[in-house]
Amino acid sequence: MPSETTLVEVSRRPALGIDPRILWGIGLALLIAPLFMAESYRLFQLTLAGIYAIAILGLNIITGYNGQISLGHGAFYAVGAYVAAIMMDKLGLPYWTTLPSAAVICGLVGYGIGFPALRLGGLYLALTTFSLAVAVPQILKYKGIEDWTGGVQGVLVFKPDPPFGLPISADQYLYLLTVVLALGVFLLVRNLMASRIGRAIMAIRDHGLAAEAMGMDAAKLKTSTFAVSAGITGLAGALSAIAIEFVSPDSFQVSLSITLFVGMVVGGVASIIGPVFGGLFVVFVPNLAEEVSKAAPGVIYGIILIVFLFVLPGGVAGLLRRLATWLKRQS
Amino acid sequence: MSGSPAALLEVRDIVIRFGGVTAVGGVSFDVGQHQICGLIGPNGAGKTSLFNCISGFYRPSEGQISLEGQQISDLPRHRMMGLGIGRTFQNLALFRSMTVRQNVLAGAHSQGRAGFLASALRLPSSTREAAAAEDQARALLALLDLEQFAEVPVAGLPFGWQKRVELARALISRPKLLLLDEPAGGLNHSEVDALADLFHDIRRTFQLSILLVEHHMNLVMRVSDKVVALNFGKKIADGTPDEVRATPEVISAYLGEQAHAA
Ligand SMILES: Nc1ncnc2c1ncn2[C@@H]1O[C@H](COP(=O)(O)OP(=O)(O)O)[C@@H](O)[C@H]1O
Ligand SMILES: [Mg+2]
Repeated sequence: MPSETTLVEVSRRPALGIDPRILWGIGLALLIAPLFMAESYRLFQLTLAGIYAIAILGLNIITGYNGQISLGHGAFYAVGAYVAAIMMDKLGLPYWTTLPSAAVICGLVGYGIGFPALRLGGLYLALTTFSLAVAVPQILKYKGIEDWTGGVQGVLVFKPDPPFGLPISADQYLYLLTVVLALGVFLLVRNLMASRIGRAIMAIRDHGLAAEAMGMDAAKLKTSTFAVSAGITGLAGALSAIAIEFVSPDSFQVSLSITLFVGMVVGGVASIIGPVFGGLFVVFVPNLAEEVSKAAPGVIYGIILIVFLFVLPGGVAGLLRRLATWLKRQS
Repeated sequence: MSGSPAALLEVRDIVIRFGGVTAVGGVSFDVGQHQICGLIGPNGAGKTSLFNCISGFYRPSEGQISLEGQQISDLPRHRMMGLGIGRTFQNLALFRSMTVRQNVLAGAHSQGRAGFLASALRLPSSTREAAAAEDQARALLALLDLEQFAEVPVAGLPFGWQKRVELARALISRPKLLLLDEPAGGLNHSEVDALADLFHDIRRTFQLSILLVEHHMNLVMRVSDKVVALNFGKKIADGTPDEVRATPEVISAYLGEQAHAA
């Protein structure tokens, strides 16, 4: 059928003018290599970067693609993490059941918040989510729910053993789990953004009235997009609780939301691959800053960030895009 | 039933007020099946207000609008495309970050059903639907000579071509009624001439009706089967181009405007 061949051509247009299979091969090798090379702390950091990448991808869907600013996605990360910790520690459920549960619960919370906030328009979503990010650590400390949340102490959990007697360490397994989940989520989001729904999500950002004239129910689509975005970030939060083996209110301060936002901008706003670089940035650059100056790592981090965005205004994804156009022009 | 039996769109006693200003003061007219109807009038006559009412962007303060007998004036505006009313904008309203092809595909939204899950999982139902939309987009890009720009970001195109993209975007959902607000605005003479032929082609190919809002008379008189003239929010003429051109009120409204501009 002629229609299907075109569809394939459109979705598999070779990036960088290179056979996509080669790019996939290189990508997979890069993902598997750390299993054999990295010492366990580095591997743990890479696991964290992968988890942040998923969380940042979630944020990018609503803020990058849909143009609705969220300053409080750390709140969904926190809720996801607590859902996982409570399910494992208090309810004795296996770790893998917590991942879909966290995604669904955060999606529902996102829907509930997005429904009014997105209809009010303007910067309401930014302010509402910011308030949420401020409130969540305090709510988690609240005495009335201490039996569940562990109050200021938080909740301890244990990382899972590798399944099927795989001859790898728990850290290696967590890394693999994160990579597989991230690949799955990234693929689904890529499909979504290339679809009718993805086009509508971007159309609403570009011109809300014209989008409605095209038959797009903007209010409904924005709310659903926010729910999906919150669900994905919540999933990342659950994974972080499993990887870090501990949740406490202090791990989810407002700064976490800002970290996710920075990761999104650094990786590239409205990009699928960008959040991977955003995740690596927010995990490794603070470390680097600490190595440069023990006294004022925040200053160093700030300087690196500013220089980075000055050199790469479109984030890493923007650089890749420019590189791809340049390579295409060469060939 | 009032109006001719073949009427597609029936506009009845529409009043549109903005605060104290009455932009449209009780206007009625019909647009027939496969008819090209021109809506003319000097600046401030109420054309855009009426247009926005028909396209669902404003609620009329009074009166009714129906399409094929179905009341539409109280429906939300995102329902219009699905009911068969496509539109363009007086000032361009394209999706600027997208390519020409993506803009045209966006127009097919109301024809699709696939939701978040089906799209993310690429279920057969969603890929089939997407392939059909791709086919239609390709055909429209060809019809409007936009093929060579298909993968170009729309914001980089010259104005006249962007207007064509808007037209393609409105046509892909195969509307029964196409609403065009000042399509000739900002175009040069030869582009306006091409537009007249294009409208006749479009009507023939898509078997639709067109409601054409224009400030300038020439294009309207050339392409329209019927013309409705407004002045100060009231209908001052309704008939064939020749009849309307000969109506004293129309002549004085336009002469008055020319005197004003001079
Ligand atoms: N959104 C609005 N708010 C207030 N007054 C408006 C608005 N839109 C139009 N008007 C007024 O209604 C009248 C008709 O305007 P409009 O429909 O734009 O006319 P046209 O398109 O024929 O030039 C004008 O007097 C205009 O000032
Ligand atoms: Mg106007």
